[in-house]
Amino acid sequence: MTARVVRVAGGQGFWGDWLEAPRRQVEGGPIDYLMMDYLAEVTMSILQKQKERDPALGYARDFIGAIESVLPAIADRGVRVVANAGGVNPRGCATALRALARQRGADAAIRIGVVTGDDLLPRLDELLSSGHALVNMDTGELLSTVRDRVLSANAYIGSTPIVEALRRGANVVVTGRSTDTALTMAPLRHEFGWAADAYDQLAAGIVAGHIIECGAQCSGGNCLYDWRGIHDLGNVGYPIVEGTADGAFVVTKHPRTGGIVSTQSVTEQLVYEMGDPRSYITPDVVADFTSIRLAADGPDRVRVHGITGRPPTDKLKVSIAYRAGFKAVGTLVYAWPDAYEKAQLADQVLRERLEGLGLTFERILTEYVGVDATHGRLAGAPARDLAEVQLRVGVRGPSRTDVERFTREIAPLVLNGPPSVTGFAGGRPKVEEVVAYWPALVDKRVVQTVVDLL
Amino acid sequence: MSRVRLLDIAHARSGDKGDTANVGVIALRPEWYEVLDRFVTRDRVAAHFAGLITGEVERFEVPNLGALNFLLHGALDGGGTLSLKTDAQGKVVSTALLRLILDVPDDMAVRLALPKFRG
Repeated sequence: MTARVVRVAGGQGFWGDWLEAPRRQVEGGPIDYLMMDYLAEVTMSILQKQKERDPALGYARDFIGAIESVLPAIADRGVRVVANAGGVNPRGCATALRALARQRGADAAIRIGVVTGDDLLPRLDELLSSGHALVNMDTGELLSTVRDRVLSANAYIGSTPIVEALRRGANVVVTGRSTDTALTMAPLRHEFGWAADAYDQLAAGIVAGHIIECGAQCSGGNCLYDWRGIHDLGNVGYPIVEGTADGAFVVTKHPRTGGIVSTQSVTEQLVYEMGDPRSYITPDVVADFTSIRLAADGPDRVRVHGITGRPPTDKLKVSIAYRAGFKAVGTLVYAWPDAYEKAQLADQVLRERLEGLGLTFERILTEYVGVDATHGRLAGAPARDLAEVQLRVGVRGPSRTDVERFTREIAPLVLNGPPSVTGFAGGRPKVEEVVAYWPALVDKRVVQTVVDLL
Repeated sequence: MSRVRLLDIAHARSGDKGDTANVGVIALRPEWYEVLDRFVTRDRVAAHFAGLITGEVERFEVPNLGALNFLLHGALDGGGTLSLKTDAQGKVVSTALLRLILDVPDDMAVRLALPKFRG
C-alpha cells in the first residue's frame, strides 16, 4: 500500500518574485496546495505606509494577479491557496480577491479564509503600559526609545488559524504576518490531522516550509554547488513538497522544468538564514535541524526524513518597524587608466565638500564596486589595470534636507572632479526614508487570532 | 602541511537576521566534513573577518548535513534597511568565507584526496 501523498507547491518566495511561477506550478502537474510567501522583515512597514495613503491597501497587490493567473485551478481542480499576502490589511486583500472573483464569474467557487489578530499596532500602548517592554532582541533597548516613530507591529503567528480556515472550507487562505513556514506546515497538518503535540510531524512540516519558502532557491536558483551544471534556469521549476502522514516528505519539481533538486541544492537552502540548528523556534514547535536526514530519491527528487521537534516556547516573535531617518546612495563609474585611483580621489573630493557644507550624517560609506564592495579587504589588492571601477557612496542621517543636499553633490563631480568618469545618466540619487526593523518577543497569551470566512 | 582552499572542498550560502550574517558551509564530499569540523574553527573564521565585522562569531555543527553554520554579528553595517552596503543582506558573505586557506596535515590531505591550493 502506498502512503497518501499531499502536494504543496511553492509559488512565490518573496514579494517581487517571478510572476510566472504560480501559474506554472498549477499547470505543470498535479498539486493540492499552492503556498505563496510575500513577507520579508521590512515588507510590513512598506505595506503600512501604503495603507496610510489609502486605507484599502496595505496588502501584497501582486497576489491578486497571482490568483487571477491560477483561478481555473482553484475553481475547477480543487487547488487550495495559502498565502501571507494580507500584510497589514488581510481584509482589504480579501475584498480585492472577492471583486476579482465576481468579475471573473468565479464568485461561488472562491471561499476566502481571512486570518487576523497579528496586528499589535492598535494595542501597542496598552501592551507597553501593562508591562510588555518589547525589548529589542538584538540590542536590548526598550521600545519606548522609538515608540513615537513606530509604523507597524505584528506578531508572527503559527499554523493553527490557517488549519482552522482550511477545516472550515476556505480554498484561499489569506493571513497577515504568519510565519513563512506555517504556510506550508498548515496544509500538511490539516490533511494528516497532526495534533498540536505531534512535535516530530509539526517540525517536519516546518522544515518542508523552510525548504520551499524561498521559491526556486532550493531547486537550482542561487545554487553555488556545480552551478555551471544546472541547466535551463530560464525554465526553472519551483519546488513541490510531497508530504506523508508520518512527516517524511520528498522535495521535487514538475517534469520538463529547468534547475535541479538535489541533496546539495536542498542543503544550501536548509542553511539559509539558519541560527542555532538545534532550535529553529516557531509558534508551533521547536524544530531540530540536526535531526534532518536527506537522501537522493531519483532525478530531481530528495527524500527528507528523521526530523524531530520539541514543544514551543510561550512567546511569539514580534516584528516592529519604525522610522529611522533617511538615506541615499550615489554612484559614478571611472574608466581605465588608473580607474581605482581616480575613484578614490573623487571620494576624497566629495567628502571634503560634504564637510564644507556642514552636512551631518550618522554614516557615510564608500565602496569601490569591482574592488572591495562585496569582500572588503579579503578581495586583496586590485589589479593595476582595472578596466573600470564604480564609486558608490551612501549616506544616512536624521535630516532629509542634508541627505537631499548630498544627492546634489554627485553629478557635479563629472565636470569638476577627477577625469574619465561616466555612468551618471540615471540622474540624481533618490532619497529614501529608512524604515528599520525591531525584533521583540511577546507573551503568546496576549495574541488572539481570528478566522473569518468571507 | 598542505594548503587547501575552502572553495575547493565546500560550498556555501549566506543570509541575514538584522545585523547578523549567517554562513552555512557545506562539505563537497561527506568525508570532507572532518576537515571543516577540525580546521574551520570559530577563531579561524573570526580572524578571517577581522575588521570586516564588529561583533562576535558563533559556530554551530550540523554534521547530518555535512555543514557548519557561522553567525557573524555586526557584519552588515546595521543590517536590513539601515545598511548602506551593496551586500546589505549578506547574500555573498558566503563566498568571502570560501576564500579561507587552511593548513591541513599532509597525511590527512592524502587520505582524503583534498585538492591542493597552489595560489
